Amino acid sequence: MDVLELARWQFGITTVYHFLMVPLTIGLSLLVAAMQTAWVRTGNERYYKMTKFWGKLLLINFAMGVVTGIVQEFQFGMAWSAYSRFVGDVFGAPLAMEGLVAFFVESTFLGLWIFGWDKLPKKVHLACAWAFSLATMASAYFILAANSWMQHPVGIVLEDGRPRLTSIWAVLTNNTTLAAFPHTIAGAFAVAATFLVGIGAWHLWKKSDEEGVWRSSLKLGTWLGVVAFAVLAISGDVQGKLMFQQQPMKMAAAEALCHTEQPAAFSIFAIGDVRRPDCENVKSITVPALLSFLANNDFTSEVKGIQDLVPLYQEKYGTNYPVDERLGELSGKPIDYVPALPVTYWGFRLMIGFGAISAGLGLVMLWLTRGGRVPKGKWFPITALAGIATPFLANSFGWIFTEMGRQPFVVVPNPSGVDGVWMFTAQAVSNSAPGEILTSLIALTLTYGALACVEVYLIRKYVRGGVAGVIPAKTDDGALAFAY
Amino acid sequence: METLWFCVIALLWLGYLFLEGFDFGVGMLLPFLGRDNTERRVMINTIGPVWDGNEVWLLVAGGATFAAFPGWYAALFSAAYLPLTLFLLALIGRGVAFEYRGKVDSERWRKVWDVVIFVGSWVAALGVGLVISTTVIGLPIDAAGDRVGSPFAAIRPETLLGALAIAGYALVHGAIFVSLKTEGEIRERARRMALTMAPVALLPLVGLLLYVAGFWALPVLLFAGLALWRLWAGREGQAFAFMGLAVAATVTVLFASLYPNVLPSTLDPAYSLTVAGAASSPYTLTVMTWVAAFGTPAVLVYQGWTYWVFRKRIGVRHIPVH
Repeated sequence: MDVLELARWQFGITTVYHFLMVPLTIGLSLLVAAMQTAWVRTGNERYYKMTKFWGKLLLINFAMGVVTGIVQEFQFGMAWSAYSRFVGDVFGAPLAMEGLVAFFVESTFLGLWIFGWDKLPKKVHLACAWAFSLATMASAYFILAANSWMQHPVGIVLEDGRPRLTSIWAVLTNNTTLAAFPHTIAGAFAVAATFLVGIGAWHLWKKSDEEGVWRSSLKLGTWLGVVAFAVLAISGDVQGKLMFQQQPMKMAAAEALCHTEQPAAFSIFAIGDVRRPDCENVKSITVPALLSFLANNDFTSEVKGIQDLVPLYQEKYGTNYPVDERLGELSGKPIDYVPALPVTYWGFRLMIGFGAISAGLGLVMLWLTRGGRVPKGKWFPITALAGIATPFLANSFGWIFTEMGRQPFVVVPNPSGVDGVWMFTAQAVSNSAPGEILTSLIALTLTYGALACVEVYLIRKYVRGGVAGVIPAKTDDGALAFAY
Repeated sequence: METLWFCVIALLWLGYLFLEGFDFGVGMLLPFLGRDNTERRVMINTIGPVWDGNEVWLLVAGGATFAAFPGWYAALFSAAYLPLTLFLLALIGRGVAFEYRGKVDSERWRKVWDVVIFVGSWVAALGVGLVISTTVIGLPIDAAGDRVGSPFAAIRPETLLGALAIAGYALVHGAIFVSLKTEGEIRERARRMALTMAPVALLPLVGLLLYVAGFWALPVLLFAGLALWRLWAGREGQAFAFMGLAVAATVTVLFASLYPNVLPSTLDPAYSLTVAGAASSPYTLTVMTWVAAFGTPAVLVYQGWTYWVFRKRIGVRHIPVH
């Protein structure tokens, strides 16, 4: 493998891994803050126990999210230095803001929250919980602004062959960001919701102590999951329409739509090999005209297919890569404007499918446990716990789809914006030796794999321990209420 | 404006070295100062609420370099790829180790994480030293800002001296911090250890400064000497403050000797990355200035408040059984 492929695999692996922790952290942070608020306001011990139990799981997960996040920030400079030079005037700003405005608040107030149970007045301690949970959301906003700029560059002029920032406001209010933010946050809540549903249902089935804690958690998770799915659907629809305008090739790749259609049908399931951009041998079960509506709010409009988009892209962005030794084998070669279709087509469907399952699961669980009932069969906890995986999968496939769907670009040209600002992924990598990236790829993957085992082991242990495992014993005089 | 941002970056590194310097030190001294599990827990809990906030100074230093000097960020980080990878692995390890160490009540489990904290803190401290001295002393970079030659170009005798310099400083700083934040036997042990090892541990730092800036090593030497004198007199707070001045002087001297370069080329001075050449546009720097002008004071206030909340010394008697 060459540097480009290695660096892409590394970015993919580390990002997907990081984003297993992030949504759970964002979702649980706010839920724990809400639980603690309920406790402080009502004095009901049940909410205190919920805060403690879910808070403990949050902390185990938070640590992993923090440390894997550092790799993300360093990786741009380490493995993608050409990219960093090209976009530095624009892209670094939201990253630095994320650190200055969000990470400092997050880490400082999380420390205060963990160690401050007996040191701070109740309300101040609660405020710390809100501070770090809102900061996790702020952090998501800044990083999405950065990512959205790569999908749809705005607020810039082209100068000396590079984008120069002219309006930070335009970058922070990019319509791509405004649509991606609710989508991502709702995805995070879907993760936390299913987590509550799965673990709550398991404890009910186990007849663990503190039945009320598990019933409340299950109920909270279910309704939150339903609301999250509604937000996901609405914001996803807005994103689809923006994608149609901003990245028509990604839209066509999501559907493996080879030929222009008017009206265009939405493919539910394809049989055959979707790899080929001419769609030979592919049979698809479709809903007529739905894609036209999704793309354009109009059941009769035209949606361009891959075959017709390729010549348009070639005309606008060139047919061949420049001759440049840094491009390696790709130097001077024709540019392939078609993303990896099996990845985009199935990634898109798996995202929607797993998302729907996760929301539906909560409703089923809530109905099964109505009025104090608990199903006896072993299938019940198995389904509940397996369901926890679904929103994680939906999130991962969503990101894989959106990042793979913009290939071969790393900065996608804005069709209605500044001419000349785009960058091919092949031009973005560092001038490194393949061995360097291979070394870090192996080292990081092994480390992440080992840490994943540790985290799952710890989460399992504390889930099994239930409420009793997280309530601190009455301390002797002078001892800290919490210590590492 | 570029010069202002050069100073801001230096300030962020100063914040990082001052704050994470002592929590590296605590990790590096863990097996030497902590004789049993309870004592090691005392040490870890002195930094428990704050180490994560300290580490964000690094993230912001990295992010601010990206935003204000993309050329510097790209050249330094890609050229020092392998050392940085090792550094990141060390940070990952010690970060989760603090959080996970106490989560399972087993001697073996704790031993494993103690090793991770110990090794991770050493490697990370050496790594920071290596990276900072690399950017000050330079790299074989070409006109495009790309490294020429070996992936190990950042590892040279001078930069290894820099690695030892920061590790040595972290050891002394960490020991003083432990003596400031604990009570009883461990406090006294930390104080004595700081005094005994300082003459050796601070030697590489003095060496680095003499190499980089000659005569200007003197202020650092002076502040470090004052710190040890106050420590000897039993005034840990004052000693800690003087160590802060020593590291402030260190960063000032290193970055002042670097200016107006940000990353000198050891191949040809004409290829050196300069403050002007590597900087972002004036508009971006203005935006960042506003963000920093409002953000930084707030950070200082609430991080300061955290240290105030957890100002009490910790001793063996404070450690709960579980």
